[in-house]
Amino acid sequence: MTRNYVYGLAVVLAAISLLTFVYKWQILGLPITSDQTTPTWTVEASIRFQGGPGSIKANLQIPGLTPSYQVLREIPLSKGYGSRVNYTGTGRNMEWTIRRADGVQSLYYRAVVYEDKTHDSSDTIPPFPPAPVFDEPVKTAVEVLVKEVREHSADAASFTSELLRRMHDNGADSNVDLLLSQSTSTADTLQIVTNILAAARIPARMVHGIYLQDQQSDAVPQPWLEIHDGDKWRYFNPTNGAEGLPDQFLVWWRGIEPVLTVNGGSNVEINFAVQRNYLDTLAVAEERAAQRQSKLVEFSLFSLPIQTQAVYSVLLMMPIGALVMVLMRNVVGIETFGTFMPVLIALSFRETALLWGVILFSLLVALGLSIRFLLERLRLLLVPRLSAVLIVVVLLMLIISILSHKLGLETGLSVALFPMVIISMTIERMSVMWEEAGAGDAIKAGLGSMFIAVIAYLAMGMRWLEHLIFTFPELLLLVLAIVVLLGRYTGYRLMELRRFKVLSS
Amino acid sequence: MFELRRKLHEKGVLGVNERNSRLIMELNPRKFYPRVDNKVITKSLAIEAGMPVPDLYGVISHQSEVRHLPEIVAGQDSFVIKPARGSGGNGIMVIADRGLRKKDTYRTVSGVLLNEAEIEHHVSNVVGGQYSLNGTPDSALIEYCVRFDPLFAQVSFQGVPDIRVIVYRGYPVMSMVRLPTRSSSGKANLHQGAVGAGIDLSLGRTLDGVLGNDSVDEHPDTGMPIRGLQIPHWDYILESSSKCYEVTGLGYVGVDIVIDRDLGPMILEMNARPGLNIQIANNCGLGNRLRRIDEILNPADTPAERAAIARREFPAV
Repeated sequence: MTRNYVYGLAVVLAAISLLTFVYKWQILGLPITSDQTTPTWTVEASIRFQGGPGSIKANLQIPGLTPSYQVLREIPLSKGYGSRVNYTGTGRNMEWTIRRADGVQSLYYRAVVYEDKTHDSSDTIPPFPPAPVFDEPVKTAVEVLVKEVREHSADAASFTSELLRRMHDNGADSNVDLLLSQSTSTADTLQIVTNILAAARIPARMVHGIYLQDQQSDAVPQPWLEIHDGDKWRYFNPTNGAEGLPDQFLVWWRGIEPVLTVNGGSNVEINFAVQRNYLDTLAVAEERAAQRQSKLVEFSLFSLPIQTQAVYSVLLMMPIGALVMVLMRNVVGIETFGTFMPVLIALSFRETALLWGVILFSLLVALGLSIRFLLERLRLLLVPRLSAVLIVVVLLMLIISILSHKLGLETGLSVALFPMVIISMTIERMSVMWEEAGAGDAIKAGLGSMFIAVIAYLAMGMRWLEHLIFTFPELLLLVLAIVVLLGRYTGYRLMELRRFKVLSS
Repeated sequence: MFELRRKLHEKGVLGVNERNSRLIMELNPRKFYPRVDNKVITKSLAIEAGMPVPDLYGVISHQSEVRHLPEIVAGQDSFVIKPARGSGGNGIMVIADRGLRKKDTYRTVSGVLLNEAEIEHHVSNVVGGQYSLNGTPDSALIEYCVRFDPLFAQVSFQGVPDIRVIVYRGYPVMSMVRLPTRSSSGKANLHQGAVGAGIDLSLGRTLDGVLGNDSVDEHPDTGMPIRGLQIPHWDYILESSSKCYEVTGLGYVGVDIVIDRDLGPMILEMNARPGLNIQIANNCGLGNRLRRIDEILNPADTPAERAAIARREFPAV
């Protein structure tokens, strides 16, 4: 009887879930994979220099017009500096100023961008450039080259392509050789190309951009060429003349000026770091929803404030962790501490990433456990002892954070508030089990919890699943249906097959 | 794997999931749980029903009462400290003796000498809830330490061997004796390393034992054969166990019985979620026996009749 109710409920839940899902997916056209939304990138320029005796003025070129990318937000970071954004003819720059600063100075500029292929950065139409003045013999070389290239091309674009091709056809043209005799880098060459194009009355400028790839700590800006064909700006690969911007290329600044100038500072260093940022996908979605003003999206999770969305993106994955937990405990039969401890441990791994999480967690639990045994000798009452363990865990975490920071391992720092409680609870439960059931059982249950935590973390960390659940929260009803069905699973657990094996003969 | 699954199913081996959903959830109403989970209640119910239980020396329910422990145990050389709502034998401390010269020191059953402060620390842990089922504050029972029957002296290492009887809807269906070993540090719980030996329900005689998941025919510490021991008062044990159905209202209950040298069988505790290792100890699945009971069940049977039916129906194979 109860069984039928259970099956009925499961079927109803699954049906509601799947019907809503299919409706939203097929009829309303919500994307089911996350690559249909745009990834976001955090690009950080970090500047270091030695402060001088006088006032300091640092000028950093920052992204202005970025084809295919939208700037979601930008954050300048500095200590004690005044900062402002200037708009110049070729873009924008960030200016930091301070009256006096000694020692090594650090300035940061961080931009969060996301891909938007439809975003085109229509700049103003530039005037025809003035014909540059060359000295002989460069003047003749340029004239000959322009004449030859013009004969082999039809318009500004093909002219540029042809010119770039010739510039890289080493040794084939003595004029090119002469022009490039002083050039040592692609940027130099592009500077010369820009001048030649100016001589051909084609507005051109150098573009510097950064390739957006997963996690780069030391990205080098690459030069690119931009020309105006009288109608719009077009981009060319400076090394082979092919037209177009490469994929995942964020235009940072334009023109021949250096990216950074520091007045009053020495030993100037600049470094670009790129990181893919997942959390901000939600912000993008929200922005898009706002742009679309769609009723459907208005009543979905995307209508919530970003902070709340971020919480829900984690929260909505917890049922997946719970499902893993049910499978592991009721179908596989792995021993754990507590019912949802592994899921909580998995959540705390989110703060640190998996490998670091496992290492830190084991380290802290092992250290905490040994201290817990020391405390045991003091014969403290239960609650004060638990509190003592918690305090020790906090201190241990502090030490680990500082040590890892000194060693240059930043991950240790991201261990946040939440895992602390879970670690102390784990330590307490493990130590009780250790005393009562022996080290073997305690370690077994510890490893079991860790194992399930890793599986749950991997399951909860699946991007496509996260996207799917976030966009289609009704799928959680399907998870509920599965859990309800598993609740009536009366078959053997996998581990029991081993346990009762002797009875089969 | 599926082959193994099918074979186990044929033998009627009961799995944890099935036990939980078919037996515990259907036959054991939650409201009756305190009757078995709280040993203070269990004890008073058992006394009401006229079943023998170990004498209760005192109950400590608050941290402030912990210092009264010496008064409670004054005049007792041996006693047992138990959490009222403990599980799996956790938190039980068995004091076998006092120090020879210093009367304020206590010797546990495993030979460790403890002073008063150490014992009181344990009691305060118990009261603080360290061993209670859900970590909430608990009471500590201080009760008579059973002097076990010499019958088991050869096959147990310290501690008190006990007899577990599974009672299904009032009918004893399976039983085993749990023998403490050195590695179980005197405790009679199988998962802590005690040896379990099945009992032929018809004869009240032990079968081969299991240690962990392995079959053993002699006690690992004493080397004595486990098989063939005749349990004394077997009829009385079966009948007392059957009565636990009426006492607790639970349709699936594990009854733990000890045999005192002088006082005979005593109900030590009851368990609403008895473990499944008893199947290994008896080399027999529970499922088929439960089905048999379902067939012949008669609500009018008295405990004595039910015990007789168990003796008739479930001889060892």
